[in-house]
Amino acid sequence: MELHRLTAHQLSDLIAQKKTSPKEIAQDLLKRIKKTEKKVKAFCFLDEKDVLRQCAELEKRTSHGALFGIPVVIKDNICVQGQDTTCSSRILKGFKPPYDATCVRRLKQEGAIIFAKGNMDEFAFGSSCETSCYGPTHNPWDLKRIPGGSSGGSAASVAADETILALGSDTGGSIRQPASLCGVVGFKPTYGRVSRYGLIAFASSLDQIGPLAKDVQDAAILLNVISGHDGQDSTCADVKVPDYTKALVNNVNGLRIGYPKEYFAKGLNTEVKDSVETALGLLRKLGAQVKEISLPHTGYAVADYYIIATAEASSNLARFDGVQYGHRASDFDNLLDMYAKTRGEGFGEEAKRRIILGTYALSSGYYDAYYLRALKARRLIKEDFDRAFKDCDCIVTPTSPTAAFKIGERIDNPLAMYLSDIYTISVNLAGLPAISVPCGFNEKGLPIGLQFIARAFEEEVLLRGAYTFEQNTDYHLKKPEL
Amino acid sequence: MYQPVIGLEVHVQLDTKSKCFCGCSIKFGQSPNSQTCPVCLGFPGSLPVLNEAALKLSLKAALALDCEVSKFIKFDRKNYFYPDLPKNFQISQYDLPLSHNGALFIDSESGRKKIRIRRVHLEEDAGKLVHPEKGKMSMVDFNRSGTPLLEIVSEPDIDSAEEAYDYLLRLKAILEYLEVSDCNMEEGSLRCDANVSLKSAGGALGDKVELKNMNSFKGVKQALEYEIKRQAELLDKKKKITQETRLWDAVKNVTVSMRSKEEAHDYRYFPEPDLVPFILDEDYIKKIRESLPELPQARAERFAREYNIPRYDAAVLTADKYLADYFEQCVQLYDKTKIVSNWIMTELLAHLNKRNIDIRYLELKPKSFVSILEMMDEGSISGKLAKEILPEALESKKEPRDIVKEKGLVQVTDTKEIETIVERVIKENPKAAGDYYQGKTSAFTFLVGQIMRVSRGKANPKVANKILKEQLERRGNA
Repeated sequence: MELHRLTAHQLSDLIAQKKTSPKEIAQDLLKRIKKTEKKVKAFCFLDEKDVLRQCAELEKRTSHGALFGIPVVIKDNICVQGQDTTCSSRILKGFKPPYDATCVRRLKQEGAIIFAKGNMDEFAFGSSCETSCYGPTHNPWDLKRIPGGSSGGSAASVAADETILALGSDTGGSIRQPASLCGVVGFKPTYGRVSRYGLIAFASSLDQIGPLAKDVQDAAILLNVISGHDGQDSTCADVKVPDYTKALVNNVNGLRIGYPKEYFAKGLNTEVKDSVETALGLLRKLGAQVKEISLPHTGYAVADYYIIATAEASSNLARFDGVQYGHRASDFDNLLDMYAKTRGEGFGEEAKRRIILGTYALSSGYYDAYYLRALKARRLIKEDFDRAFKDCDCIVTPTSPTAAFKIGERIDNPLAMYLSDIYTISVNLAGLPAISVPCGFNEKGLPIGLQFIARAFEEEVLLRGAYTFEQNTDYHLKKPEL
Repeated sequence: MYQPVIGLEVHVQLDTKSKCFCGCSIKFGQSPNSQTCPVCLGFPGSLPVLNEAALKLSLKAALALDCEVSKFIKFDRKNYFYPDLPKNFQISQYDLPLSHNGALFIDSESGRKKIRIRRVHLEEDAGKLVHPEKGKMSMVDFNRSGTPLLEIVSEPDIDSAEEAYDYLLRLKAILEYLEVSDCNMEEGSLRCDANVSLKSAGGALGDKVELKNMNSFKGVKQALEYEIKRQAELLDKKKKITQETRLWDAVKNVTVSMRSKEEAHDYRYFPEPDLVPFILDEDYIKKIRESLPELPQARAERFAREYNIPRYDAAVLTADKYLADYFEQCVQLYDKTKIVSNWIMTELLAHLNKRNIDIRYLELKPKSFVSILEMMDEGSISGKLAKEILPEALESKKEPRDIVKEKGLVQVTDTKEIETIVERVIKENPKAAGDYYQGKTSAFTFLVGQIMRVSRGKANPKVANKILKEQLERRGNA
């Protein structure tokens, strides 16, 4: 049986019926990986022995958890105790956290297998997975293309059936955009839904951990496990966690869906546009009330994001200085020289670019003109959504303006790269939940994603819309040939 | 003549059990890096969570310093690179401190003076660099990293080094009364920086100099005195004062330039995104206000009234919470309050200062201390002896009563024993006795002296006097 092709809920059923075991699943995936990983390069760390050790541990367990025996790939910026966690950056090479991120701890409690570390853009700075110090991950649908980013390794490994589930992090689209480009489901929860403790921060006010999965049901199962209050994260909300699998109903009858006209303007690839419009047509046919809405400050989102996100990043990344952990330059004259050489050698080009941008935006004399104005613009963007949600229950948009582009195509053009997240960034600025599901393929056979956005803590609305769409289409069932 | 304009910036470590944003202990003097966790080590992925106890103590101090408390509490990041700062930013408060516009009163020569408090805010402390004598490397101890610190900034209302000293004493007293900090400058739980500039007769205010690295109240005073003189000399020579930060060198007793304004940091403050701002409830502040203890001024007034001691005494006794506590414990046991206050202010304080003992760590308990006074009352020791026993009790850590017993110092009041001595003395000194009958009063004093000598000072002088007189009269009549 090709266990690696199955979903978490299918495998859980098989385990419950004693038709398979955690070890069998793990071994099947490890076999699969032998064949595909050299092409995809989704992982930066995989310890086969440790995976089998975890399986052996699970066999001793008397009570099974919600993810018993299910392998989960962890993005390389989420701390796993004793395992390399490097944000795909030279500066953190060799760093093994002495603790688990809260979400990893919860996964372990529920019997999941911490399978591998997913490759990513260095410190989640990027939309193509090309800025990783380990080299790029390749899109399983076309190995010459990028998988999207920054959670490219997580998305590609799910798409390539190299894992069953994966965790990513999303600061401006880093779960949804690679999910869209790899043809899988990517879920960015409400800011504060999932604890960030143990997620190595990029931009603290925007970062959120979320699931990447083969279908909406799996995403809901994984979200159930990682959601909820955490005393170690002050920004994690004390809001009750419903059973998200109960929201999986195949019915959008009466659901009020808005599509923002600003998202269907210049820059949107026509094939993507056609797919999304077809999807909207289907949702209408299934009983949803679909209507055009306006999010007037959309045009400011990318600029706004690159000030706030880089400002926070410049401060968050200051701790990588060679003093306590990670890379330290071997030859230096004094303290300042040690800092400069360590950071000069440790950070890649995009990381340096963003640190400099953010440092500039916070500098005295520029703070008011950049950071403070950006905070005001952020409020306006959030208010756009508040207004829109008075008339609709969820918003549907393309996830990414294009399908996967070629490796190297945008790496030297940061502005073009930044525009990859034009439809996902506003959601982070407003702190809202959003999901990307497959909604078609372009002429080249590359996947296209559809994004659903809902009010804060209304993940259930997203699941209802996305699940209904999925149940009435079969894009999610198509697999890349590897 | 120039008028000094001085403002003080004081940092005190709050006396919480755990650190400001994690659960690590803040106990002083533990082995390096033994009191750390991913949060106070600034490990990647770790997040701060505010310790409510630190907030409560901060609010207590702010309210006691008459500040307006902000209901909106938020934190900011102060960004700078230094190896003792594990995140390379400090969590602090910038544009919206938790309180502002307070005041503190000092007693100066011209009476009570108000020193305005600009702001009081909460922040985290850094670790400590250790520079071994050998080798090129320095080491970091993060035990102190994340300890809650209260920053108290005064307005430039202080006119002299002396006033600065008084301000610090009063501030320390208030903080000790509140039990928000142990204010131990040697352990670094209280630190003070000073800003000083000179105003010339014409009223023009000079550029200000920031003074750092003073590690005692006396050091603050000396550094200010030096700096005021230095600036005055420059102005006399029509030279410009550079706006800069200077370090106090306590060995050479001078200030030396550390960095000029041009080299000053740009801290790039911005709101700490890992801590959500929150609103304090009115009731919460009210409860803290109601929990404030009696403060030095009020206690001094009460001492003067309740124990009927001079105002001056009351002020001295209450300037240090622990001294005042000691006094109060003593007067619970021994009701001659004026005697207690005299003995504490003259004898006890003199010995404590000489031996550099903090009253908090004094092993001589109030009960033992007042036993000395009781022995005097009982007539078993003289005042002179009592003054000798006190330092001995401090030194030997023995009970005063035991010392008296062991040394056989107990005053002889037994008339029989004294009578024998008196008889002996009169017999041995017939000339003096003769002189007495001739009306020479000095002869009587001489004989008393002899009695004391023979009894090795133990004879109760009153009793000895009485018996000597009786015996001499008796003999004279015979």
